[in-house]
Amino acid sequence: MISRIYVIPKIKDSRERLFLKSWSSLGLSGKLSVAKVIDSYIIDYDFSKDQLAKISAILTNQNLEIGSVNEIPIAFDKYKYVIEIGFLPGVTDNVGNTTRETIIDYLHLDKNSDLKVFSSKVFLIGGKLKFEDVKKIALSLHNPLIERSYIENAKVIKREKSLPLQAPEVILEKRVPVIIVSLNVSDDELIKIGREGIEENGVRRGPLALDLASMKTIQSYFNKLGRDPRDIELEALAQTWSEHCKHTIFANPIDEIKDGLYKTYIKGATNLIRKNKGYGDFCVSVFSDNSGGIIFDEDNLITHKVETHNSPSALDPFGGAITGIVGVNRDTIGFGLGAKPVANVFGYCFGNPEDVEFIYKDKERKQKMFPPKRIMEGVIKGVNAGGNCSGIPTVSGFVRFDDRFKGKPLVFVGTLGIIPKKINEKLSHEKCALLGDYIVVLGGRVGADGIHGATFSSVAMDSNSPATAVQIGDPITQKKLSDAIIKEARAMDLYNSITDNGAGGISCSIAEMAKECDGAEVNLEKVPLKYPGLRPWEIWISESQERMTLAVPKKKWEVFKKLMDSRGVEATVVGEFNNSGRCVVKYDGRKIMDIDLEFLHNGLPAKPLKSEKIVHTYPEPKMLIVSRTKILENMLADKNISGFSFISEQYDHEVQAGSVLKPILGRGRINTEAQVFRPILSSKKGVVLSSGICPSYGDISTYHMAACALDTTIRNIIASGGTLSELAILDNTCWCSSYDKNRLYELIQAMEACYDYSVGYGTPLISGKDSMFNDFKGYDEKGNPIAISIPPTLLISGISIIEDIYKVVSPEFKNAGDSIYLLGETHDELGASEYYKLLARKAKNNSIGNNVPKVNLGKNIKVYNVIENLIQKELIASSISLTAGGLIVALAKASIGAQLGAKISIKNLPGEVASTDVALFSESQGRILVSVSKKNVSKFEKIVSEIPHIRLGQTIKETKLIVVGDKDKKIIYANVKKLHNIYHSFSNKMS
Amino acid sequence: MIKKTNKKIKIKKPKVIILSGYGLNCEEETKFAFERAGGIAEIVHINDIIAKPKMLEEYHIMAFPGGFSYGDDTGSGKAYANKMRNHLKKELDEFLSRDTLAIGICNGFQIMTNLGILPGALFYNKNGRYLDRWVDLKITGKSPWLSGISKISLPIAHGEGRYIIDKTEYKKMTKKNEVAFTYMEGEICKYQNLEKNPNGADYDIAGVLSFNGRVLGMMPHPERAMFFHHSPLWQSKKDKRGKTDDGEGIILFKNAVNYFKK
Repeated sequence: MISRIYVIPKIKDSRERLFLKSWSSLGLSGKLSVAKVIDSYIIDYDFSKDQLAKISAILTNQNLEIGSVNEIPIAFDKYKYVIEIGFLPGVTDNVGNTTRETIIDYLHLDKNSDLKVFSSKVFLIGGKLKFEDVKKIALSLHNPLIERSYIENAKVIKREKSLPLQAPEVILEKRVPVIIVSLNVSDDELIKIGREGIEENGVRRGPLALDLASMKTIQSYFNKLGRDPRDIELEALAQTWSEHCKHTIFANPIDEIKDGLYKTYIKGATNLIRKNKGYGDFCVSVFSDNSGGIIFDEDNLITHKVETHNSPSALDPFGGAITGIVGVNRDTIGFGLGAKPVANVFGYCFGNPEDVEFIYKDKERKQKMFPPKRIMEGVIKGVNAGGNCSGIPTVSGFVRFDDRFKGKPLVFVGTLGIIPKKINEKLSHEKCALLGDYIVVLGGRVGADGIHGATFSSVAMDSNSPATAVQIGDPITQKKLSDAIIKEARAMDLYNSITDNGAGGISCSIAEMAKECDGAEVNLEKVPLKYPGLRPWEIWISESQERMTLAVPKKKWEVFKKLMDSRGVEATVVGEFNNSGRCVVKYDGRKIMDIDLEFLHNGLPAKPLKSEKIVHTYPEPKMLIVSRTKILENMLADKNISGFSFISEQYDHEVQAGSVLKPILGRGRINTEAQVFRPILSSKKGVVLSSGICPSYGDISTYHMAACALDTTIRNIIASGGTLSELAILDNTCWCSSYDKNRLYELIQAMEACYDYSVGYGTPLISGKDSMFNDFKGYDEKGNPIAISIPPTLLISGISIIEDIYKVVSPEFKNAGDSIYLLGETHDELGASEYYKLLARKAKNNSIGNNVPKVNLGKNIKVYNVIENLIQKELIASSISLTAGGLIVALAKASIGAQLGAKISIKNLPGEVASTDVALFSESQGRILVSVSKKNVSKFEKIVSEIPHIRLGQTIKETKLIVVGDKDKKIIYANVKKLHNIYHSFSNKMS
Repeated sequence: MIKKTNKKIKIKKPKVIILSGYGLNCEEETKFAFERAGGIAEIVHINDIIAKPKMLEEYHIMAFPGGFSYGDDTGSGKAYANKMRNHLKKELDEFLSRDTLAIGICNGFQIMTNLGILPGALFYNKNGRYLDRWVDLKITGKSPWLSGISKISLPIAHGEGRYIIDKTEYKKMTKKNEVAFTYMEGEICKYQNLEKNPNGADYDIAGVLSFNGRVLGMMPHPERAMFFHHSPLWQSKKDKRGKTDDGEGIILFKNAVNYFKK
């Protein structure tokens, strides 16, 4: 029997006003007047009337709401249409699941009862509206890939009293569970299988992303075995060999670099740095685990990992982002024996949110991509839900905009963790599944969601991109799992190994762990499913979320299972680790996969890559004839410079009570470039975080782009109080068209810079991730083919330790009368700067110049050492790193942050400063702007005498920003309050 | 509601039980704050209490910490309160009938209103969005938790923090000094130019009391203000710090512990 319970707000609901506001911006033909939001629960179970009334009562807060069964008890006359938004069958419905649990607990039903609950939201809408308008509203409320919408005339609902009593259940038709795929076919057919997937009843299943060489290798492997592969075997190989999992572009030989980019430049740099550091080496576990781990203090390690979730976020911004953040949390839980997540970080690159021209995946223009604004809103909300729900502070982040991120946004998400060095007398970063250990899957159940995620992110996005690649996050299921493991099972020594189920699902996690003891056998029918009817290959590679795989010794299973049951976490034995050297999968007793681990992991044929040099040159821009005060205002209004407090303040950055340097600071609430937190409350040590990303520089040179990203990260950290000798970095490479020889050349250049500068600064790379195909191929509004590729982008994230958090220095000025100094040299490095980009935009051309900033290691190290010394001696009042926009933007931010004025002169800056524009706007690296109170000036000047520096002027009480040049000529005269409003205008518009 | 209280007990180190499970997430820092204030604090999973409900008798203070129990599904605090009521109603009533203290912070507050041990309810913020910022509070209630404080600044972080109460109930509460604190324009609001009431709460209410002030529910997080460096103003007050690591928020926890010492 199917019933519906409605929960209707009886107080003034502020959401109504917000919905009306948001819908009115959809360009409707008529005018909206009223709206109402109602929660609906479809309940599929034979409950009595009395029971239903009781259920309705417990789902209702009597102070706020009215509960009702099978009837919406309100006056319908004001309303014209009813829209219901629920999930598509099979899509994880968290609210439905919680409701089910509540009802089972309340009515003492069996845990495995066949009660089903489906949640949805019902919107009643009134006004002068056409059906077309309502369709637009419905579309703005849901994502058709995962949600369903139902529109009905309010009169009908009034007559029927209720929405239809139907349950959105998954009904999978009975299909052949395992099919055999013949590979003794033509090369063309092999290519087709690799590109479009296995054929079944005339339909292709979706990309395996295997090229001909790989297909031929597989063909000959099975020919040697004397049989054809089963579908699950091909799917498993495709997952394990995917670009996403094997990072083939970084692993393969390229030009003369025979060990490949990763081994040569990334691992190579870290190995050398560790050797150079000797006893000062603080790396403990790098590149071998889910996250990188370094020493935090005598007893603890701190871990960090940054992931990308670009392709899923393009298709389902909310779902892509939430599964991104909750997924990277698992890289922390999966570090060693399990680290506790202590901080989240984010980074977004979006298209222009004002861009409303649609693009389509298909020529017929039926598959519309989301416009940048919708992607932005969904992504921000996804990390909001994932991070906030998990109780992990989101302490650090950035956002950038460029039209080239319209086809695929970049969504970086990262998590830091803390773990004791030793647990139960054993080194916590070491783990090993042992012979005979149970293979245990823990957490969420498996559905058809997220199938082909790994192979899908290894190809460009087009109309073949699979809808099932979308996943839904359930942070609470994971929170329960995380707490049960990190806070209880870990100390009880209940498992030998643990890893995350990410890309490729259990096919990758089990095969990966199987390496630890050289073999595994799985009984796939044991894997708990969300609904019946999934076939073995789907179960094996599904990327359903919130799951970890563990190796649990048989004699500890009972205790482990009992603990997990009492914490509401589902744990299931699905097989056993062995030393057979094979990965064997059975389904109902029948062997359906049997592959050598050696072939599975190392069988992928090497594919030497070739690059081809390319040099970019651009016209120099034409100078504008407007006041520089106006230019400064224009720059602060630019989304790449202005504040984004609307994002920072909707992320909980204070949970866990470690907040030291917040993402938004000062009277003027500026966004900080670096953030500090205290991961262990009983210790005064802190962690300093920052990042650097400068895709525009890559338009001129990816070598200098990478160098500047690295220098910016380090500089931001040092400026806030971090320590160069205890600073580690992470690399996230997001590239495009990665088989293009020029793009490969640019990639090599970037990696060379990573090597040169990480070795130069002695900052090891401890973890990284790449995403190599951020290309979109589709059609514009007129049906013309278009291709949009992202600019090659390297994100460097940094982490450093500070001994005493109370020494941290924030960026905003402190008191009027403090002296302002610039440390470091300024040169004519305006190429691809924010200023030149502004000029190019005004001129509507690509005149971004060519003098991209270059990093001078020797000089910068000296500056950074001096800053460290100054901060240790507590001689500076404020400190801000010069980044996008150069000196004038840093000065403006320090002023806005403090709501204080400043009067400075830009005469005689150290370096080669040929013009006022260079002085104000050049983005030369290695520079930091500090303020010093009167009492510290003489001590300060003594210490800075050894590096290039200049006293620019001082802070003043009057809220004016005054810059003078030669002969005391006023160059800038700006009102700080006005700059403040401009700085916040973008954020205000978005909130 | 049972309002009877037993005779006052004197204890050197009161025992604090902090509930956990199903997505509550501020239990560790809440424990740290109680211990820093001189109590003995333990985090106990709700299912472990359900398994041994008698254990509540050992404790003097109960804390419902902040978090996202059940992901706020079906409404914040509702599902956790249902679980509590289904299994522990009797024991909870018994606990509150003794001379004990209880506190609900943020999600804990939402749970307590759903349980009916605090009046009113919490609904979506007026701007419909989760918000993390600091607020200034004026102490208006009478409670052991609040002794010696007239105003305090603390952080909030919530999506459903708009306190709802009807007029008659409100009048009764003010008479009994059961409005714990209200949002006011103080140091932080002035400093950062923020509106005083961040979520549209009725009568600017940020926290309420019951059981003669022994039970406190509040949206702001005192445990996130226990250190000096927690305040958004700390960088400009560095000179005034001296050697202390204490922030304003610790006072509430010290008050609770001291209640049993006196």
